Amino acid sequence: MSGFLSMGGYASSVWPAVALTFGIIAWNIVAARRSFAAARAEARRRIAAGDPS
Amino acid sequence: MSGTWQAARLVVERDLRLAFRNRGQLLHPLLFFAIVATLFPLALSPEPSRLRDVAPGVLWIGALLASLLAVEFLYREDAQDGTLEQFALSGRSLTWLLFAKTATHWLLSGLPLALMSPIAAYALAVPPAALPGIVAAVSIGTIALSLLGAVSAALTIGIRRGGALLSLLTLPLAVPLLIFGAQATARAIEGSDMAAPLYFLAAFAVLGVTLAPLAAAAAVRISLE
Amino acid sequence: MDWTWFHRFGSPPHLYGLAGRLVPWFAWPAALAIAAGLYGGLVLAPPDYQQGDGFRIIYVHAPSAWLSLMAYTWMAVAAAIGLVWRMKVAHAMAASCAPIGAWFTVAALCTGMLWGKPMWGTYWVWDPRLTAELVLLFLYLGYLGLRSAIEDPQRADRASAVLAVVGVVNVPIVRYSVEWWNSIHQAPSVMKFGKPTISWPMLTPLLIMFVGFTLLFLALVLVRVRGEILRRERQARWVSEVIAA
Repeated sequence: MSGFLSMGGYASSVWPAVALTFGIIAWNIVAARRSFAAARAEARRRIAAGDPS
Repeated sequence: MSGTWQAARLVVERDLRLAFRNRGQLLHPLLFFAIVATLFPLALSPEPSRLRDVAPGVLWIGALLASLLAVEFLYREDAQDGTLEQFALSGRSLTWLLFAKTATHWLLSGLPLALMSPIAAYALAVPPAALPGIVAAVSIGTIALSLLGAVSAALTIGIRRGGALLSLLTLPLAVPLLIFGAQATARAIEGSDMAAPLYFLAAFAVLGVTLAPLAAAAAVRISLE
Repeated sequence: MDWTWFHRFGSPPHLYGLAGRLVPWFAWPAALAIAAGLYGGLVLAPPDYQQGDGFRIIYVHAPSAWLSLMAYTWMAVAAAIGLVWRMKVAHAMAASCAPIGAWFTVAALCTGMLWGKPMWGTYWVWDPRLTAELVLLFLYLGYLGLRSAIEDPQRADRASAVLAVVGVVNVPIVRYSVEWWNSIHQAPSVMKFGKPTISWPMLTPLLIMFVGFTLLFLALVLVRVRGEILRRERQARWVSEVIAA
């Protein structure tokens, strides 16, 4: 296990790269859902205000 | 077709006349280029061998930024006073009219830059034998740059403070021109065969001539919608 | 030829519904493939004979770079369709691709730099792939900048579409010229290791990762495109029906 974590001495490159990529994946999932939710909330607000324009 | 040809000629004549009425604006990009070429020796060193090494980069980055400065004004007045709208409504091919406009723009900004580049190059300790090659490379390169700039300037018509955006759009697209232009210049300085990078520059210019006016016309139409 | 599928695909309510239904079908296989590919790449694949375990960065770097280019291609194709057929959904699609592509360009750049540290002894070398990726990032930022600078949404769609099409002509030229430039300026002894020679046990997890990232991209685009469609269809009656439900 510690051999796996040390990545044959390359731990300081491999793990940050993996973490960064998954951070960006996670952020993209959050951002995509947020962008959709924001568009839906805005549409809902317009409809509630009775303003079709 | 003859009508389009005539209209294009009128655009060229009109733009030339307008430009010579306002000579100061013609000089700004040239002055800018001269100042950039002056600042580099001050920042680096006056030593000829070092200047010769950096000369291709200095010349091309100077030319790139100077033509960017010039292209910002390509459509500005015509967009404000409705001339572009008249172009679009004239029934003539907007593509051809914009091509004529861009060609005039090159005559007024690209060609003077190319003619000035040997002076700047000489000041950067480039041997005189290399100067004709440099003029050729800069002339061809600025044709492609003007066409590229004509597209991005058309995209930023009507955007307030569009200058920074214009550079953000144009500079990444100009990377190939910078690479081959600087390479042609470096080869001219070395005295080696500069045909290969020059051919590439010419190929980009031809690609620009065929595609850029179409894209510029599309962008101008969009800005008028 | 029957073109009704094309028109149906171009209808905003249809695509809105379809995208919503399709998301889980892409998202879960994506998660599965990425998990499998990562396990295969980090655990099962043998270490490279030159780079040891350092080469394992390829399992996150290469798929990110692939996604960044794929997103740009999709964006340009969607933009061209939107320009030619004046299709609202195509512009919505192009708008959805850009932020995703830009983020994965950042991922490819950063992982490339982390890979460069052990390979070249420094985080940044003007390697042709990295340089081309950096230019791609500037192209994405220009596209996003143009889009946000134009207030009228329809004009923003069409103007940025022209830029995307011009850009996609340029991407291969940039790529090629950067390679050419690098072959001239190649500094010897920069590379401490050669390129990893890839064998099947190494390649299989990589291919699984490519599939996973492609599916991930599609899932992300489908989520975003629904929002973009809603933003472009404010006046439509179907929106109030869908939202109220």
